[in-house]
Amino acid sequence: MSEPVLTVSGLRAWYRTSAYGVSREVRAVDDISLSIAAGEIYGLAGESSSGKTTLIKTIANAIQPPLEVLAGSVVFRFGDRPVDIHRISREALGKIRWKHLSYIMQGSMNVLNPVRRVRHTFFDFAFRHIGRPKPEFLQVVRDHLQRLHLAPDVLDAFPHQLSGGMRQRVTIALATVCRPEFIIADEPTTALDVVVQKGVLAMIHEIQRELGSSIIFVTHDMAVHANLTDRLGIMYAGRLVEEGRTADIFRAPRHPYTAHLIASLPRLGDTAPKKGLDGAPPNLADPPPGCRFHPRCPRASDICRREAPPMAELSPGHRAACFHPEPERPA
Amino acid sequence: MGRILIDLLRFNRQFAVGLVLLAIVLGFALLSFFSPYPPNDSFVVPPDVPPSWAYPMGTTSRGQDLFWLLTFSIRNTLLFGVTVALISRLLALVIGLVAGYCGGLVDRALMSINDTFIVIPLFPILVLFYFVMKDHMSWGLLALMMACLGWAYDARLIRSVALSLRTREFTETGIFSGMSMRQILVEEHLPYVLPIVFSTTMNNINWSIGLEVTLSVLGFTDINTPTIGVLIYWANQHTALVAGIWWWIFFPVLLVILAFIGLFLLAVSMNEYIDPRSRLGRSGG
Amino acid sequence: MSALLEVEDVSRVYRTGGLFAARRVTAVDGVSLQLEAGRPEILTVVGESGSGKTTLARMILGMVPPSTGAIRFKGKDLADIRGSRARLAFMKEVQPVFQNPFEAFNPMKRLDRYLFATARRMAGVEGEAAIRDAADGALKEVGLSLAEVRGRYPHELSGGQLQRVAIARALISKPALLVADEPVSMIDASLRASIVNLLRGLRERRGVSIIYITHDLATAYYVSDRILIMRHGKVVESGEARAVLDDPQHPYSQLLKSSVLSPEVPPTGAAFHA
Ligand SMILES: Nc1ncnc2c1ncn2[C@@H]1O[C@H](COP(=O)(O)OP(=O)(O)OP(=O)(O)O)[C@@H](O)[C@H]1O
Ligand SMILES: Nc1ncnc2c1ncn2[C@@H]1O[C@H](COP(=O)(O)OP(=O)(O)OP(=O)(O)O)[C@@H](O)[C@H]1O
Ligand SMILES: [Mg+2]
Ligand SMILES: [Mg+2]
Repeated sequence: MSEPVLTVSGLRAWYRTSAYGVSREVRAVDDISLSIAAGEIYGLAGESSSGKTTLIKTIANAIQPPLEVLAGSVVFRFGDRPVDIHRISREALGKIRWKHLSYIMQGSMNVLNPVRRVRHTFFDFAFRHIGRPKPEFLQVVRDHLQRLHLAPDVLDAFPHQLSGGMRQRVTIALATVCRPEFIIADEPTTALDVVVQKGVLAMIHEIQRELGSSIIFVTHDMAVHANLTDRLGIMYAGRLVEEGRTADIFRAPRHPYTAHLIASLPRLGDTAPKKGLDGAPPNLADPPPGCRFHPRCPRASDICRREAPPMAELSPGHRAACFHPEPERPA
Repeated sequence: MGRILIDLLRFNRQFAVGLVLLAIVLGFALLSFFSPYPPNDSFVVPPDVPPSWAYPMGTTSRGQDLFWLLTFSIRNTLLFGVTVALISRLLALVIGLVAGYCGGLVDRALMSINDTFIVIPLFPILVLFYFVMKDHMSWGLLALMMACLGWAYDARLIRSVALSLRTREFTETGIFSGMSMRQILVEEHLPYVLPIVFSTTMNNINWSIGLEVTLSVLGFTDINTPTIGVLIYWANQHTALVAGIWWWIFFPVLLVILAFIGLFLLAVSMNEYIDPRSRLGRSGG
Repeated sequence: MSALLEVEDVSRVYRTGGLFAARRVTAVDGVSLQLEAGRPEILTVVGESGSGKTTLARMILGMVPPSTGAIRFKGKDLADIRGSRARLAFMKEVQPVFQNPFEAFNPMKRLDRYLFATARRMAGVEGEAAIRDAADGALKEVGLSLAEVRGRYPHELSGGQLQRVAIARALISKPALLVADEPVSMIDASLRASIVNLLRGLRERRGVSIIYITHDLATAYYVSDRILIMRHGKVVESGEARAVLDDPQHPYSQLLKSSVLSPEVPPTGAAFHA
């Protein structure tokens, strides 16, 4: 395999807040390592509030207090020089953003300025990077919107005049119009209907094939992962608990949490809801000792209560952090 | 807010310079409390003495120590500016927020009043006001009058922000949580427009000081309350410049210019911080 | 049997664009529906993105007036609700859950104040302790607790947590009708199951009728009694949920059903097939 485009090692990022005189540390990203190759679509799944967004924010260096990076590094390799995104100047970061690296944030209204028409937001962000005269630039934008099944008149609208799904697509358009090499997308398709979702996924896939971009794609929708991503990382309570080729994980999940996740996927035609996990999601300000999944794990034993299992390669390219992994299933 | 101010001081030269200038002017105004002479007494010192160690800014033809007289004048002038700004901010806030929140007919009615105030010519109105009030003219009345004339432009600005806040979903959450209109305006929307209010306050103080000085120099105000304008008015009455008593004009003008520049720099630097676009750029979006 | 909610041939037109290029958008176009009072049910609305689902919900909530047609809640036309007392009484019975949890709370304010305000004003709870209990009780129903939410700002919670707070807030005043606009789109499958079960429980235990807007046909299939499929502002198909989804008649409904991604890796590998 060639040099990875992104190497994350030993990343640890916590929120340190104090409210009512009690300070708390939310360990949202705790010792995560992963790497992503050129042209790869890497999926990230996991429970709500397991730290997916936080991990992605740290990777994109969109860090604001109270979030702090305590340890680890995030190294990108655009061209031939590696850059540690946490150790470069603001100017250098500004240059990388949008052109090489773009980040579609969760909750699309946050990027769209509510008092400005969509057109202006495009000018603010993308005009410099595209470097074409105005009419040509607008044409590029219009063509790009077309691919996302958006009429060009959305450019003249204010964000609140668009439906949730339209806003979502506008932010996707914004992030991809400069054709970046690395796209980070946090829940980009959650507000879309299934027909449009399919179209948008196809477009993302097409851009990716065309440019050979790498993508980190966060969603809790496992069906999207199954159909889009090459590799998949599963997060639980701030840790990466399993990682492998998407097909392998769906066929034979090794971590008990993943196994539950895969088994409980809803399918059209189910007449009863699948059972949710017993017990409450862990509180990241005070995570359980040992393996963070042990209070809800059917396979837990003593060692799980005492020690945190390390990530270990169980079969080629398939890692999991569990003392008692589910049995391997031959293909 | 405290954090923002510290950041501004550290990273923004304009803000720091503005603050220093303003501090000088303000410190000077505070000296008035230590003045050995009451402001309106005349012939307490020898007249027409040029700046010297005994009288750092010289004395006037009416036998007043210009240094101490100036401390009173700048104090009154600043106070005037602040009063006008506060009253007009209040008007602008209430009208802007209500118009933006209610929308529809209320908005249209308030905004047509607003537009009337924007287009009417200020100066003739104020002069007319002086001729109507004549002997009843006082410092407070003038401030009130100017406040009534100075809110319109900023009310429009606040309204446009309020209009967009009205369309945000959290406003609906507030409504469906049973919050009253007053509560939503004060607790939910006010924090968003406060930055605008801060920066326009500076501009508004400048504007009202400028107008007051102009009116006073021409004698259209209460000439018994010492302000910078009144001071220059008396200097003109005694043809100070012709008589070579340049300090009587020079020092008041210098002080008012310092105040102007200070306020202007504060307004500009805060504006830059407040503009959502530049802030977005800074955080990297 | 009397009607809880009657929506009669309702349309809504928006004007957009600048001064010169003004354009009319018919967001909702002649939609009718009815919910019975004695028979709580979950009515699911699915459809194309931009097909007017949110607009329909906002009209039912009395947030935007219909351009034509009428909406009646318990026999009373929404257009006749005037004055703050009448509005409060209406809002106590009809509560919303919005689409985007990141937008549903003021980013500059603590979350708990919405819960406390709802308890105080809408549910009429008195006394600090009782108000806290009411908020805590509602949060417990959605798998959170006041201890986790108290004093925190919206950006300190994840999307899923925020949405659960939003649902909890809506439940405090014990409404008769809940209008939930994509309440689970930000939530993972396992929590989604518990929220959807919660909605079902609300219908069964508390007799709350729910208008449930979603893109998730799989949950819609098992949770809803009736379904409405919308496109370009019109209802293209409606009826008993399972019957419609098992055998959709309208071409758009068929397209919708066939576009649902199955949670299985296609045999040809992970490549996406449009
Ligand atoms: N600014 C903040 N201050 C304090 N805690 C925070 C902050 N932002 C997030 N958290 C906490 O960090 C944890 C992880 O949140 P994160 O947003 O990364 O979750 P997520 O996996 O993206 O969830 P979802 O799928 O619901 O979006 C949560 O417990 C959340 O409450
Ligand atoms: N305030 C408004 N002003 C102008 N047009 C609007 C306004 N609100 C909605 N629209 C338009 O009405 C149409 C329907 O929007 P609506 O938000 O109801 O769609 P939706 O079905 O909820 O879509 P989604 O699934 O994407 O949330 C869209 O074309 C939208 O642009
Ligand atoms: Mg998230
Ligand atoms: Mg919607």
